[in-house]
Amino acid sequence: MEELPHPYEKFLRKDRIPHIWCEGCGNGIILNCFARALDELSVDLNKVVVVSGIGCIGRVSGYTNTDSFHTTHGRPIAFATGVKLANPELKVVVISGDGDLFAIGGNHFIHAARRNLDIPVICANNFIYGMTGGQSGSTTPLDTWTTTTPYGNIEQAFNLVHLAAACGAVYAARWTTLHTCWLTESIKKALQKEGFSFIEVVSQCPEIFGRYNKMETSLKMMQWFKDASEVQHFSDPAKAEITPHHIVVGEFVDIEKPSYGRLLREMKARVVEKK
Amino acid sequence: MTTISVEKSRVVRSGRRFMSGDIACAEGALAVGCRFFAGYPITPATEIAEHMARRLPEIGGVYIQMEDEIASMAAVIGASYAGVKAMTATSGPGFSLMMENIGLALMTETPCVIVNVMRGGPSTGQPTMPGQQDVMQARWGSHGDYEIIALAPSSVQEMFDLTVEAFNLAETYRVPVFVLADEIVGHMWERVTIPETESIKIVNRKKPRVPPSNEFAPFKPDQDLVPPMAVFGDGYRFHATGLTHDERGYPRTESAGAQTRLVQRLCNKIRKNVEKIIRVENIMLEDAEVAVVAYGIAARAALSAVRKARATGIKAGLLRPVTLWPFPEEQVAQVARRVKAIVVPEMNCGQIVREVERAAKETSVIFLSKLGEEPHKPDEILDAIRGVEK
Repeated sequence: MEELPHPYEKFLRKDRIPHIWCEGCGNGIILNCFARALDELSVDLNKVVVVSGIGCIGRVSGYTNTDSFHTTHGRPIAFATGVKLANPELKVVVISGDGDLFAIGGNHFIHAARRNLDIPVICANNFIYGMTGGQSGSTTPLDTWTTTTPYGNIEQAFNLVHLAAACGAVYAARWTTLHTCWLTESIKKALQKEGFSFIEVVSQCPEIFGRYNKMETSLKMMQWFKDASEVQHFSDPAKAEITPHHIVVGEFVDIEKPSYGRLLREMKARVVEKK
Repeated sequence: MTTISVEKSRVVRSGRRFMSGDIACAEGALAVGCRFFAGYPITPATEIAEHMARRLPEIGGVYIQMEDEIASMAAVIGASYAGVKAMTATSGPGFSLMMENIGLALMTETPCVIVNVMRGGPSTGQPTMPGQQDVMQARWGSHGDYEIIALAPSSVQEMFDLTVEAFNLAETYRVPVFVLADEIVGHMWERVTIPETESIKIVNRKKPRVPPSNEFAPFKPDQDLVPPMAVFGDGYRFHATGLTHDERGYPRTESAGAQTRLVQRLCNKIRKNVEKIIRVENIMLEDAEVAVVAYGIAARAALSAVRKARATGIKAGLLRPVTLWPFPEEQVAQVARRVKAIVVPEMNCGQIVREVERAAKETSVIFLSKLGEEPHKPDEILDAIRGVEK
């Protein structure tokens, strides 16, 4: 029987597959939704730059069949800033993890959102440092067991969509890996939006987070997403909680505001004219 | 980048001008084609950022003030990968923060220029005072093994000239290049001659000579060990990473062979070209019995001391490394074989003097340390020269 090509094969570097992610990991779903969004928008792949940081999802830039850059830990947004400003015609997308973007890289996130830089940021939030074996981070829920919170986590977790909204993002949404259609639509929106857009994807890490917290299979973790998720479009992002019993998902922000790129272009035109 | 046609005269302000070292540095960068600056305010380098903020939009470039120096360096690498000549400028504390992504620039072979207008350290130290305390940090500050290039201007004219040179070296070898200035050179005002546009040497990175394909190897070096550089958006769809990688740019984190090949090539592309890279200035060294080795601001007092010594009949000379890294070991060794002693004045507790000692072998080396607000006085160096002659 003839082998059928995968419909999104052209979005992947085939010579880099199989990927390094664990069985059941949510990263593949996110990559799939990203490819689907690019496909449905017929984006010119020669003009896409995928930038990622360090961590499990950080490896994603190595798999997309686009120009791509795997930065130092926490710095993909800062690197993407340089790319986007140097060549505004490129579609620069940051895909990285919660630890990368919000712990070590938190400063870059808040400032890119404040500037309203024209880049979409997609964050795989698995609540944990997976690549290094399961340490707690800035998104780890209270009371969770990780290798560095052996008596339960006593730190409050970031609410990422609230943070994005407060910092000035023109688009902010949260989905889980179960909400693939919603997620794809959100990525499409973010790719077309002028300014800084942010999508949080609550993603399963059965191998580490799940195993430490009584959800040792992908299925069990996704069952949690299914049971706990509630779509609350444009509800107050400050109240968009993630608890064992309730995960508020949806679009929280979708506003128009002049982007950094636009204001920069206008300023340059003014300066050149004046001279 | 959006092309805005700009008259050449607006880019290069040719002619005799009076300006500060920091401004000359910015003008040099613009003249050689820098069109992206990302930085963070810091004394005594802020004037470079301020000048770039005003000048870059006039000529179609981009200035951005980032949230810190970590981000500045990351943005510079991003702009360079998008095909634009890019730089940042800072001083010690910011230089420390940049070290992380300077390593990334080394590993991903990113042409870029980092200016460090050195002040007194460690830590916040003396923001408004000169220092030469970061020369070893420039060489070894980021983790791992590597070779970099660093230039040391000692006049406002050289702030212009060596910034041009720094970009040309960065583009030639695909390596971050440092301009190691100091507070005095950065802040003092002197007359500068800015050449006509046509006479400014401009080197641009090699581009791939093959069309885009699935087999494109973005890190496959030429004979000179430097790979041609593809640019984002040109259709090559290539990958770059800070991880140890092969010629395709793909991670090879568990391969001893890949690690050895990559890191040795990163070092060798500089080491095997030291003769082309290194520049020194030899002054009155032919018959010298005492040599002074000095760079940056210290070289000015040293020159004055050498002239005074000559006026009193002492055969003194000056070797001024314009290139600090790679260190002009051979040039120092040659001088060392002919003189009785070498005097090394530095505005630190002894950094380049160790390199001099290593090169000088048996020849005695006298170190003159200077910390605080003032550079060396010529007479202090003259006393050391006289001491050798006694």
